[in-house]
Amino acid sequence: MTYIVKPKFHHPELPKNALGYTHRDYEGAVSTLCAGCGHDSISASIIEACFELSITPHRVAKLSGIGCSSKTPTYFLGNSHGFNSVHGRMPSVLTGANLANRDLIYLGVSGDGDTASIGFGQFAHAIRRGVNMAYIVENNGVYGLTKGQFSATADRGSKSKRGLTNSDNAIDLVAIALQVGATFVARSFSGDKAQLTPLIKAAIEHRGAAFIDVISPCVAFNNHSGSTKSFDYVREHNEAVNFLDFMTGRAPIHVDYAPGTIELVEQHDGTTLALRKLDAEYDVHDRLAAMTFLQHHAAKGQIVTGLLYVEDESSDLHGHLNTVDAPLNALSEKELCPGSAALDKINASLR
Amino acid sequence: MPIQSVNDFVVRFANVNGSGSASANEMFARAVLRMGIPVAPRNIFPSNIQGLPTWYEVRISEAGHLGARGGTDLMVAMNPQTWDKDVAGIEPGGYLLYDSTKPMPKSKFRDDITVIGVPLTAICNREYTDPRQRQLFKNIVYLGALSALLEMDVGEIEKLIAEQYKGKEKLFDANKHALHLGRDWVMMNVQHPIGLRLQRANGVGDRIFLEGNSAAALGALYGGATVCAWYPITPSSSLAEAFTRHCNRLRVDADSKKAKYAIVQAEDELASIGIVIGAGWNGARAFTATSGPGISLMQEFLGLAYFAEIPAVIFDVQRAGPSTGMPTRTQQTDIISCAYASHGDTKHVLLFPENPAETFEFGAIAFDLADRLQTPVFVMIDLDIGMNHHLCRPLTWDDTRKYDRGKVMTAAALETGKDFGRYLDVDGDGIPYRTYPGTHPSKGSFFTRGTSRDRYARYTEEGAAYADNMQRLLRKFETAKDLVPRPLQANANKPTKYGVIYFGSTSPPMDEAIQMLEANGQYLDRLRVRTFPFHSSVTSFIAEHDFVFVVEQNRDSQLRSLVVNECGIDPVRLVPILHYDGTPITARFIARAIGEHLDALKVTPLRKVVS
Repeated sequence: MTYIVKPKFHHPELPKNALGYTHRDYEGAVSTLCAGCGHDSISASIIEACFELSITPHRVAKLSGIGCSSKTPTYFLGNSHGFNSVHGRMPSVLTGANLANRDLIYLGVSGDGDTASIGFGQFAHAIRRGVNMAYIVENNGVYGLTKGQFSATADRGSKSKRGLTNSDNAIDLVAIALQVGATFVARSFSGDKAQLTPLIKAAIEHRGAAFIDVISPCVAFNNHSGSTKSFDYVREHNEAVNFLDFMTGRAPIHVDYAPGTIELVEQHDGTTLALRKLDAEYDVHDRLAAMTFLQHHAAKGQIVTGLLYVEDESSDLHGHLNTVDAPLNALSEKELCPGSAALDKINASLR
Repeated sequence: MPIQSVNDFVVRFANVNGSGSASANEMFARAVLRMGIPVAPRNIFPSNIQGLPTWYEVRISEAGHLGARGGTDLMVAMNPQTWDKDVAGIEPGGYLLYDSTKPMPKSKFRDDITVIGVPLTAICNREYTDPRQRQLFKNIVYLGALSALLEMDVGEIEKLIAEQYKGKEKLFDANKHALHLGRDWVMMNVQHPIGLRLQRANGVGDRIFLEGNSAAALGALYGGATVCAWYPITPSSSLAEAFTRHCNRLRVDADSKKAKYAIVQAEDELASIGIVIGAGWNGARAFTATSGPGISLMQEFLGLAYFAEIPAVIFDVQRAGPSTGMPTRTQQTDIISCAYASHGDTKHVLLFPENPAETFEFGAIAFDLADRLQTPVFVMIDLDIGMNHHLCRPLTWDDTRKYDRGKVMTAAALETGKDFGRYLDVDGDGIPYRTYPGTHPSKGSFFTRGTSRDRYARYTEEGAAYADNMQRLLRKFETAKDLVPRPLQANANKPTKYGVIYFGSTSPPMDEAIQMLEANGQYLDRLRVRTFPFHSSVTSFIAEHDFVFVVEQNRDSQLRSLVVNECGIDPVRLVPILHYDGTPITARFIARAIGEHLDALKVTPLRKVVS
C-alpha cells in the first residue's frame, strides 16, 4: 500500500480542454500497482482520452470487478464515482447502474481472470444485451494478485514464471465479443499509447457495447521468455490492421494522407472516426470477415490490433427496452405511482 | 352417515397436469365466491408441464377460515394414477364424484362414503369428435355436475364464462353448453343435492381475490421500483411476469409511449442481484424475485450490498429445498439463509407478510426501508401465498404518501460545504449519507468497496477502522428495529401462561387453530412476528409467558433459532411446532400439535398425586 498523497498544485500553463479542465482534473490516487505495470499505462490512456474528449469528470461511472486491473479505477478520474464490485460480476453491476441513469458514461474495467474465467458468463451477456458502455479488459494472461497462476487467456503452450506449461486452450475475448454481438470491438497493447488512447475515445463515444481487449504485460509474473503476453512477445507479434488517428468531434476534418488509406466512420452522435488503414483489405464493418481474419492470424501466432469492428447504426439496451429519455433514478412518485384511483380499479377487477 | 354441511366443506379436485382442469377448477372457486361464500383454493401441483398428478383444493368456509383445513369432504377424482390415494383421503361420510364411463370393481370404492358416478367421458365422446375438445370440455362438464350436486347458483358460473370469453361468442356458447350437459345429466340421473350444499351468503364483502406474487409485483410498482432483474425459478417467476404485465398497463408514458421501467431477464441469479445492486447504487429502486436456490447463488453479492450499504429489495418466494428439490411445494425454509446471507458478519432485514394484501403493503414499504437503511431488504413470502389466490382485504394507497429516499446528499448540500463522509454516522442512527454518481463536479464522489476503507471511504486496511464500521452497522440494525412494521399481539380472553409465535402464511390457519384450542379449553396469547430484526416486544412477549410455541413451516425451527440467537432466550422456553412436508400447514395440525403439548404440560406429576 502506498501512502503518498499526490500534490494538488500544478504548472499554471498546463493545457486546458474545452471545458477548462486540465489533465490533473482527470487523475486519481497514486497507483499501488508494481512499477512498470502495463495497467498504469492504460489508466494514463483513459485519463488522456477523457481529457481530450472534454468529458465532465464526475459524469463518468467507473466499475470494476476484482483483481489488479479492477483496482485501477482508483487511479484515474478521482471525481467520478467508482465501484469495486464482486469478482467477475462487474458487467451485471454496470448493467444495473446503466439502467438507473442512462445519462452517465459507463466505463467497465476488468482483467482476464475477472472477464475470461469467473466472469465469462456475465461478460458475454452484458455484451449481447448491448449495454451502452466502454468495457476494457486489461489482459495479461495471469493472476497477479494471487501471484502468477495462469488465466483463461493464457495461450496453450506458454510458460509461467515458475516454468509450468499451460495445457489449456486460450479464450480469445475479441472473438467472443464479436460472436455475441458487440457493436465496437478493438484490441490494443498497453505499450502503444498512441494506438490505445484514440480507441478508448472512440469506445466511449460509441453507443452500445464497446469492447477493448488491451494486452497489458504483467511485469511481476508474466514478462519472461516463454510467455506470449510479455512486452517483447507482443511487440514482435503485433499485427495492427489500422490506426485510429484522431477523434474529430464535430469540428471539420483535415486529412493529410494519401487517398484511399483513410476511412471516415460516422458515429451516431455526429462525430467522425478517421481510420488510417494499415491493411488495405481489412474492412471494419464486416463482422464475419473480422472473425475469420482474427482466427487466421491467431493460428500464425500473430496478435491483431486496432479497431476490428464497428457497427454504424448501433443501438443499446435502453433502446431495446424503449425506456423513457429521463434517467429512471430521477423519476418521482408523480411519474411512478399510479395512485389510489388506479388501485380501486384493480381491486374491482379482482372480485 | 353422510356429512351434512352448508357452506363449510372442502372439495378436492384430482387431475392430470396439462389436461386443462385448472381454469375449470378456478371457475368453481370463483363461482362460490360470487355467491358470497369465502373460499380458499390451493393448487397442489407437480414440477411438470404435462402428465403428472395435480390437485386443486377448495376450502369453502362461510365462517371465513382461509387456511388449509386438512381432509377432503368431496373428492372429484379425475386421475386414475392417484385414485387409491384420493379415495382413501376422503373423510368418513364424505363424497366421491368420478367418471363412471368405465366400470370399476367394487374393491376400488369405500363403504363409508357416498359415491356419485357421472359418465363424463361418454358424455363428451357423444358430444365432441375432436380429442382435445373431449378433454377440455370434460372439465366444464364436471363443473356442471357439481353445480347440480351442490345446489350452486348456475347463473354465477355462466356469468364467469361470459367474462372469460368476452367477445368470443362461439366459445361462450360451447362452454355454456358443456356446463349444462353435466348439470342436466345429474338432474336427471342422480339424487341431488347431496349433503354438501352452497347457499348464497354475505361473507365476502368488498374483499378481493388475488395471488401473492401479483400483489408483490403491484407493491413494487406502487413502491416506485423502476429496475427489475430476475431469473426464472418456480415459484417466483410469476412475480416478475406480473410486474411486467402491470408495468405494461400502468407505467408507460402516455405521450412518448416509452417505458418508465426496465426489466431484464438475466442469465442467472448472480447477474440478477448484480443488476439490482448496480441500479440501487445509482439511485434507482430495484428488485429481484427469486426462491431458495437463487438466494444461495446471491450470497456473495448480498454481503457486498450489506457492507457497501446499497439498497436492494429481494422477493423470496420460498419453496421446499434444494435446487433439485420440490419446487412446487411450499415452505418457510430460507429464514436463516436470508437473515444471515453471505460471508462475514452480516444481518439483513426480513419482512414476513401473511397474505397478498400485506404482501402488497410490505412490497412497497420494502423500497422505503431499503433506501432509508441503505441495505438489502427481503420480502419473505412462500409458494402458498405467492401462487395461490387468496381472499383478502382490498389494496389501499394513500395518495399523499411520499417515497422515503433516505439520506441522499444533493449537489446543493455539497455546495454549502457540508461535511460528506460516505460512512460517517452524523445522526447517531448508524445511517450515513450517500451521493448518487454524477452529483457534483468536485465534491461527494467516492469509491465503493465492501470494507477496507475509513469513514470517508478512503482506502485503509486498519483494524480499528474496520471494527468502527462494523459497530456502526450494528447501530444501523438497531435503528431498523424501530422502522420496520411491529409484531401484532392478540391475547386470549383468559389469562394464560402460554403463548405462540408465528409468521407469514401460517397466519390464516393459526387464527382457526386458536378457535379450535379455545373450544377445547386451551388458551394461548399470540404474537405474529412480521419482521427481522425483532422488535423489543418479541422479547417481552416471551418473558411474559412460561412457554411459547413457535410455529413454522420448516424442519429446523429457523425462526426459533433466530429468536434464541438475537434475543438471548433460553431455548427450553420456546417449543417448536414444525410442519415441513411441503403442503401448507393446517389448522388441524397446529391445534393437534399444540393441544398435545398443552395436555402433556398439564399432567400432574406422580409425586404430587401421592403426597
